[in-house]
Amino acid sequence: MRMLKYVLKRIALMFFVLFVITTICFVLIRILPRELPMEKSQQELILARWEALGYNKPLLVQYGIYWKNIITKWDFGTSWYIAYRKPAWDLLVSRLLPTVLINVYSLIFSVPIGLALGVYAAIKKNKWQDTFISTMIIVFISVPSYVYAFLVQYIFYFKLGWLPLQLYSVADAGNTYFSWKMFHSMIGPILAMSFGEIAGLCRFSRAELTETLTSDYMLLARTKGLTKAQATARHALKNAMVPVLPSIIGSFFAIMSGSLIIEQIFSVPGVGQLYMRSINTFDYDVFMLDSLFYTFIGLAGGIVIDLSYGFIDPRIRMGER
Amino acid sequence: MNTEFQKIDQAKFRFVNESERLHDKKFDDKPVGYFKDAWIRFRKSRASVVAAVIILAIVLFSFIAPICIKGHDQTFMVTTYAKKPPRITLLRDLGKKTGYSNRSFSARSLMKALSTGVGALDYAGNEQISFEAAMGSDYMPILEITGESKSVGADKSEVTTYMADIETYLEVGFIYKSIEQKELSNILAWEKEHGKHILYPLVENNEYCLDATDANYWYKSDAKGNPLTYNAKGTKLIKVKEYNPAFVLLDNYKRDADGNPIYYEFTGGGSVDTAQYKIRVLYINYYEYQYGEEPNYFMGTDAQGRDLMLRLAGGIKLSLLIAVAVSVINFILGALYGSTEGYYGGTVDLIMERISDILYDMPFIVVAALFQIHLAKKVGPIPSLLFAYITTGWIGTASRVRTQFYRFKNQEYVMAARTLGAKDRRIIWKHIFPNSLGTIITSAALVIPATINSESMLSYLGIVKLGSAQHTSLGTLLSDAASIWTNYPHLMFFPALTLSLLMICFNLFGNGLRDAFNPALRGVE
Repeated sequence: MRMLKYVLKRIALMFFVLFVITTICFVLIRILPRELPMEKSQQELILARWEALGYNKPLLVQYGIYWKNIITKWDFGTSWYIAYRKPAWDLLVSRLLPTVLINVYSLIFSVPIGLALGVYAAIKKNKWQDTFISTMIIVFISVPSYVYAFLVQYIFYFKLGWLPLQLYSVADAGNTYFSWKMFHSMIGPILAMSFGEIAGLCRFSRAELTETLTSDYMLLARTKGLTKAQATARHALKNAMVPVLPSIIGSFFAIMSGSLIIEQIFSVPGVGQLYMRSINTFDYDVFMLDSLFYTFIGLAGGIVIDLSYGFIDPRIRMGER
Repeated sequence: MNTEFQKIDQAKFRFVNESERLHDKKFDDKPVGYFKDAWIRFRKSRASVVAAVIILAIVLFSFIAPICIKGHDQTFMVTTYAKKPPRITLLRDLGKKTGYSNRSFSARSLMKALSTGVGALDYAGNEQISFEAAMGSDYMPILEITGESKSVGADKSEVTTYMADIETYLEVGFIYKSIEQKELSNILAWEKEHGKHILYPLVENNEYCLDATDANYWYKSDAKGNPLTYNAKGTKLIKVKEYNPAFVLLDNYKRDADGNPIYYEFTGGGSVDTAQYKIRVLYINYYEYQYGEEPNYFMGTDAQGRDLMLRLAGGIKLSLLIAVAVSVINFILGALYGSTEGYYGGTVDLIMERISDILYDMPFIVVAALFQIHLAKKVGPIPSLLFAYITTGWIGTASRVRTQFYRFKNQEYVMAARTLGAKDRRIIWKHIFPNSLGTIITSAALVIPATINSESMLSYLGIVKLGSAQHTSLGTLLSDAASIWTNYPHLMFFPALTLSLLMICFNLFGNGLRDAFNPALRGVE
């Protein structure tokens, strides 16, 4: 019961924060200057459109209209430049699949490797294997992801010719994101994203496991006769995973927002690319919705991480004083 | 062990040191304070020291590079030599190849590249120089033919493809220039003084000239660009399709009635001063005449033809400047905000925490984009970027300071100070704040790589536009290279390498600082 109360409280708070940020974004975006095109006939059309959309009314009324449209019609505005007259929500939803797909592939690829390397380094602590892995972690975590993207493109496209330079369009890949050809072209961005993720996960799991390996219950486990491998697998690993798993769950949630820069480099038609294009073309409704989307994902991810602690380790009760 | 202490005879007891009085001795060595202690620990971590040295070296590079390059500065721009790879004259003087790239050539394009070197040697147009004889000269762009392969072409004939190292600066070869009388006499004087040729014979615009605007077609060729030569009897011109080292090109120079080549041609203008001349120059020597030095670019040139090394030095400076400014401002703001909410607590804390919560939850990319759209035109891109960083950047520092204040504000020494009548301000800054300094310094140091990274990301994505003739940032350099780096890898290589090095070193340095200030956290990443 207390748990439910806590969850409800967190969700209510989340919506409050979301509301405030929406307000800030809305005001900042609506007071931006709007430019009229040069052509006379176009001008009249656009002025009429602005009038109909209520852009000439006071800001507060505009804000009221914005919320009314969302609540009654689930209408977040319309894209006027990226996809003419397509509802912004539909546009966002259509961009979600490639982003999520690439990120899920990348997680599937990097989670096992990251965990395995982290556990291995922790077991071999202070030996050369650990030093090597720790050094590599620092290097791979520090280097920005787009440098990997260039390396991947350079090695796998120019030198070896194994992968295409950029993502194939859906039409090229048989009208679906799930074809083999599409996957082949996705390997590039997946690889570029994975290096950083592997290093991050490796560092986290190594740190957690080294801590549990030196704790008192490990000593107890050894004294009661377990071998080192048994004690590690049964006691240390389980406890070390308590903070690691929520972070993986968190990244599963955060993958929706994707990586702006990787999508740009590999021209993935995803949410990040949509965001960049909405900024460059001043497609304000799309920009607004995408900003909201990023905020929402960040907030919801935080809640999911906090709650998952309680599910993974029942001893941890969230919201306790 | 003797445990019968009770039975010691009383007479056996006597005072210790009856004669002298005991004082605490003064320490002979200097006291080790908090920062000295941290410094001793920091020195021991070898990786952090190496990282600090590399950071220092990169910063020094950004200041020393513009001083060492005497001939030109960051704004110096030669568009003819845009996107060229590194060329170091010192290396060439040592007999090493420099300023070259390895490319594949067809027989025709190979002969065209070779012809530039032959033409540069054949100044007077009367020496019969073969490709072979011109190889290895100062003006020969083809440094070495590294290989050849045969394949079957589209028309089922055998096609030979050559791989060769080509000096891309010399590849520019000849260009046409239109100059005034005064410059013409300057050039002639320069030629005499230095013993190098700038002016080369003009080319006849006839059926043997493929392209009248390309000054490199100085030899007789057919409509496809194949060089022509006389047949065995010397009566008819035939085209040459195969590369032959001993082949001698036929020149197509403009000549006067006596058969001497013409070097400049009057094109217009009345008086002596305004007379215009058309000339054909060997660009590498013309460059030397214009700028007083041979082209010497340690990291090559960028897409506009500026010295990449100086651009990079400027980029490092700007990126670091932004990062350090952000770090310092966040440090100050975070310290003020965090200490206020931490010290006063209660309602003040509650309200201030909610404000920072909301700011914290706004995605940085949204903040940066909004600031750029709103402010960049009014105050310029750099201040508006700084504003964006400062809007959300201080929150991390503030929350750390707040935690530290909660830890220390109820300790005995604070109570003692308050009992003695110290004001709030004194307690905050004199008694509590120094205790939290270590944590904040560490976080301030880690803000620097984070800022450099996100700055370069924003520049790369084009949300922030920091590039101009005067200044550039690391991210802008990368973003400039983004679309063309595949053909000119050096454009991407040097900025990406510098950026990666900076990131790695700052992270190592920050970790070292953290371990030094909080030994308890060592090993916890």
